[in-house]
Amino acid sequence: MGTFHHDKHALHGITVVVDTTGSRVFIGRCDDWNDNGVILLDADEHEDGTGGRSKQDYIAQAAKFGIWKKHDRVVVPGADVASVTRLGDIATL
Amino acid sequence: MPYDPMMVQPMREELTRAGVQELRNASDVDAFMQNKSGTAMIVVNSVCGCAAGQARPGVRLALQGEIKPDRVATVFAGQDLDATAKARTYFAQVPPSSPSIALFKDGEVVHFVPRHMIEGRDALSLANHLSEAFQKYCTPATSR
Repeated sequence: MGTFHHDKHALHGITVVVDTTGSRVFIGRCDDWNDNGVILLDADEHEDGTGGRSKQDYIAQAAKFGIWKKHDRVVVPGADVASVTRLGDIATL
Repeated sequence: MPYDPMMVQPMREELTRAGVQELRNASDVDAFMQNKSGTAMIVVNSVCGCAAGQARPGVRLALQGEIKPDRVATVFAGQDLDATAKARTYFAQVPPSSPSIALFKDGEVVHFVPRHMIEGRDALSLANHLSEAFQKYCTPATSR
């Protein structure tokens, strides 16, 4: 039992890692994935190398406990998206 | 904005009917956490269908086992705002997410299941995961 939104992309409500073709990676709760790109809610972003952490380091840390949100809403343009992965698939339950 | 209380009530009862104590305000949370001996678990409940819809039955299944926390409580994110905020101060080192589950031993967080580890998994997977954590940190009821 719960609330569902059948008009959204299948990843709606799922925490995803959106890697870009550039140096940034985003993690947030997918609201939708449409012609505008991937729309994330309560999202964080990381620039490769910031704080001495690679994209992979950042993703590995997030997979353990989650992310501290920087943005209420982010749209990652479709042309910039390299991959979209469920964070839960990276984390080990 | 909180959902209609009538819509949320069955989601509360899904846990309270399994013996989970509901904490509705900050004082309730502090009172629950005041006893630091032994093991305790707080379930951050949520209306989210894709995660909480599996979290609640997962918790219920896990609590049917022989080994489980001494005390189990729940706060409802997005509904009981003060209680949820207060509960999160007891596991402030992890980013807030809901649903999520914190397991304490002697007042310290020893295991945490964030939302993204619940999303897309079935209740049995979560129950098995929680049971493993219970076996690691909790004491069988017969030996208490």
